[in-house]
Amino acid sequence: MRILKNKTHIDFLGSTRRKIALTISAFAVIVSLGSLIVDDPPLEFGIDFTGGVLLEVGYPEPADIETIRSALATAGFEDAQVQRFGTDTDVLVRLPPQEGWNPDELREELRRTVAGDISNVQLRRVESVSPQVGKELAEQGGLAMIIALLLIFVYVMVRFQWKFAAGAVAALAHDVIVTVGFFSIFHLPFDLTVVAAVLAVIGYSLNDTVVAFDRIRENFFKLRGISAEESMNTSINEMLARTLITGFTTLFVLIALLLFGGESIAPFSIALIVGIVVGTYSSIYTASATALLLGVNAQDLLEPVKDPDLIDDLP
Amino acid sequence: MNRYPAWLNSLVLVILLVGIMLALPNIYGSAPAVQLADIDGADITQTQLDNYVRALENDGIKPESAYLSDGRAVIRFAKGAIEDQQIAGERLRARYENESNVALTLAPSMPDWVRELGLNPMSLGLDLRGGVYVLLEVDMNTAVENRMKGYEQDFDDRLRDARIRHRVDLNNQVLTIRLQSAEDMEKAREIVSAADSDVLIGDGTDGKSLIVRMTEAQIKERQDFAIEQNMTTLRNRVDQLGVAEPLVQRQGVDRIVVQLPGVQDPTELQKILTATATLEFRMVDLTGDMPGSRRYPGRGDETPQILRREVIASGDEIIDAKSGFTNEGQPAVHITLDSAGGERMLATTRENVGKPMSTVFIEWREESVTRGGKTVSRKFKTEEIIGTATIRGVFKNRFQTTGLTPNEARELAVLMRAGALAAPVYKVDERTIGPSLGQDNIDRGFNAIKIGFLAVIVFMAVYYRWFGMIANVALLSNLVFIVAVLSLAGASLTLPGIAGIVLTVGMAVDANVLIFERIREELAAGVQPQAAINSGYEKALSSIADANVTTLIAAIVLLAFGTGPIKGFAITLMIGIVTSMFTAIIGTRAIVNLAFGGRKITSLPV
Repeated sequence: MRILKNKTHIDFLGSTRRKIALTISAFAVIVSLGSLIVDDPPLEFGIDFTGGVLLEVGYPEPADIETIRSALATAGFEDAQVQRFGTDTDVLVRLPPQEGWNPDELREELRRTVAGDISNVQLRRVESVSPQVGKELAEQGGLAMIIALLLIFVYVMVRFQWKFAAGAVAALAHDVIVTVGFFSIFHLPFDLTVVAAVLAVIGYSLNDTVVAFDRIRENFFKLRGISAEESMNTSINEMLARTLITGFTTLFVLIALLLFGGESIAPFSIALIVGIVVGTYSSIYTASATALLLGVNAQDLLEPVKDPDLIDDLP
Repeated sequence: MNRYPAWLNSLVLVILLVGIMLALPNIYGSAPAVQLADIDGADITQTQLDNYVRALENDGIKPESAYLSDGRAVIRFAKGAIEDQQIAGERLRARYENESNVALTLAPSMPDWVRELGLNPMSLGLDLRGGVYVLLEVDMNTAVENRMKGYEQDFDDRLRDARIRHRVDLNNQVLTIRLQSAEDMEKAREIVSAADSDVLIGDGTDGKSLIVRMTEAQIKERQDFAIEQNMTTLRNRVDQLGVAEPLVQRQGVDRIVVQLPGVQDPTELQKILTATATLEFRMVDLTGDMPGSRRYPGRGDETPQILRREVIASGDEIIDAKSGFTNEGQPAVHITLDSAGGERMLATTRENVGKPMSTVFIEWREESVTRGGKTVSRKFKTEEIIGTATIRGVFKNRFQTTGLTPNEARELAVLMRAGALAAPVYKVDERTIGPSLGQDNIDRGFNAIKIGFLAVIVFMAVYYRWFGMIANVALLSNLVFIVAVLSLAGASLTLPGIAGIVLTVGMAVDANVLIFERIREELAAGVQPQAAINSGYEKALSSIADANVTTLIAAIVLLAFGTGPIKGFAITLMIGIVTSMFTAIIGTRAIVNLAFGGRKITSLPV
């Protein structure tokens, strides 16, 4: 079976298409950054980052959100966020950091309040994070992303050349910004697992980009006498089936994870799904177009090593 | 063409078999069990274990398996036999309370022969089995301050012995020794540096005082000591709680992670972990005006007393404490003192028969207070007399004290047996996961793996036909290998870890897709099938390597910077990348070679 006919000849990098793609990318990045700047807070940070108290409560029968909310407000927790969590009987309560409470008394008070007069209410999960720990986690997450991008730039530079490395990192930055922007625009909960997902997106998208670069390098040597643009175009076409199939299989499992993996892992799945769609697009357009924009050509790769097979065997 | 040498085929087979072997313990699941650990940390013997089992069998409870593991006895029941477990727990606790700590737990329910091979299943993280996670911060300032207080006392004593008139002040971890005259400076300096040659000694601005502070190295040493000491104490305390598989780990400079699987009530835990309760024994000052005497309040109905300054024995001299009852049935703590404390107790009681002695209960309690918009935890110290008794006879290092409720007696015994915290700890992060949520997470996670896996397998089979089936075999073995490595490394599986596995399943086929697409390209270019297989594998190799190395970089960064949930994800992702390289490149090639290699074929089912 094939999803594509034997050989595609889509002009991905033709100047008009490149301009359209560039416009779309620029638009997506600007909207994402705009949302991150204008929105306050920029993201629906989970208590991992802000500190606070989180309760997952299991009721024996469908719970009434309004009742719970007003019970909490009466008890003095006016700023509690109450929402359904997956099922009708599961409720998630979030509170900003509580001052002046003994942790145990706070837990007991909250349990009493959310239970009301319903018996056998289960506290399925209780998390309380101090704001200071949250701040550290946020800093670590940001640092991790910057270091990952830096290391990747170095790796691609060593394996290919700096113009490719710049293209790859541009594509990755694009993916990160758009994925995070998506969470900002749609007010999706942004917790530690989302940071992990975004880093996995970096890994995946880069995977895609590098595979394309690999073919581009091969074709630079094989197809002498045609322009860099044509050569890159051919490469992307040749890899198109692979790009799409791997994208599909990964999306299959992620959709399974989103649908069946439970509510607490949903933000993680969404981040990866968005990231993989964006990453697939960006490795076709953003990465190659940026390298092209920087004037990449066969000469860039020819100089250091005469026989490409020699380095091909290196991991 | 396309034949693997026999040794390579055998190697692939052996690795696969080893993988299956290592992953095997995981298919049996787990069952309710009771775990017993010696109360003093010694190893449980086979004889003891036999006794436990016999005791249970006499009560009509039949365990499915009983064995020793890491010096602890594990007695496992049939799957779902929670009632048996509960009853067994109660019976054993009642019977062996003074010998072992009894904990209810889940134990792997693999057959004995698998266990005897030394194989273990992956352990489940807290989010999958339920439990309590606490992140504690050690108050380093207090740790250093306590040390400075030690210096203050020491220098004060030494200067007094040398008959140098002085006053010592401790302020902000800086010790100021004010002397009567400038002449004493040299002598005082000598005394101080003789007491500790490392501390920094400077001159005060007034020319007749010394400024003493700790060096950076000393401070660091003190902090490390405080962390280590606290960890030991916490570990002891956690053991006393009777929790199976507890984890106490240092995190960063000043934090300690405590993980207690299966614990559902963090309230008790909280008290035990952060409490600093101890006892002191002092003589009652009958005249009421001896120097340094002070009035202590009584607990409840206890009469307040004026107690003398000298401490006969204090908490850190207590080497053992057990809760129990007096002959009259009052709750009591049976105390054993070390030799120094015992000697002093002996001397005191010998001289003071007929006079009253008080037991003071000292507790530091943590409370949150708001100051200037910031919430800080403060420790409040309470000192209460829990009992005053007339000394009726001479005693040395073994005696009992009363005046507490049975619960308090038990908690105090636990605390004193475990030792004191070198510095106060504050809780900065706490997560409790209920057991039902844990089970839900497992069910959902495995469901997601199954469905995602099935979708990929069907797709690959339809899309690449026989080659797709071969890739599916590789995918399945990859799952086996991930589980095998996790089991071998003793890593625990978490929900994000399951997500990592799911993601690996999706991405692991990438290598095969690259290879198969390449083979198709070669075939389309008119290359003969055997040559196409060969060059397909060869030419795809560099792309696969590059792609995996870059993903590995992201995973390593995650591992280095991530905490908790991120780490679990990063570990499975990394393992998955490495094992998938093996299965997708060498594994599939072995099968392809066996199926198609070395003979004439005209077309490939790819």
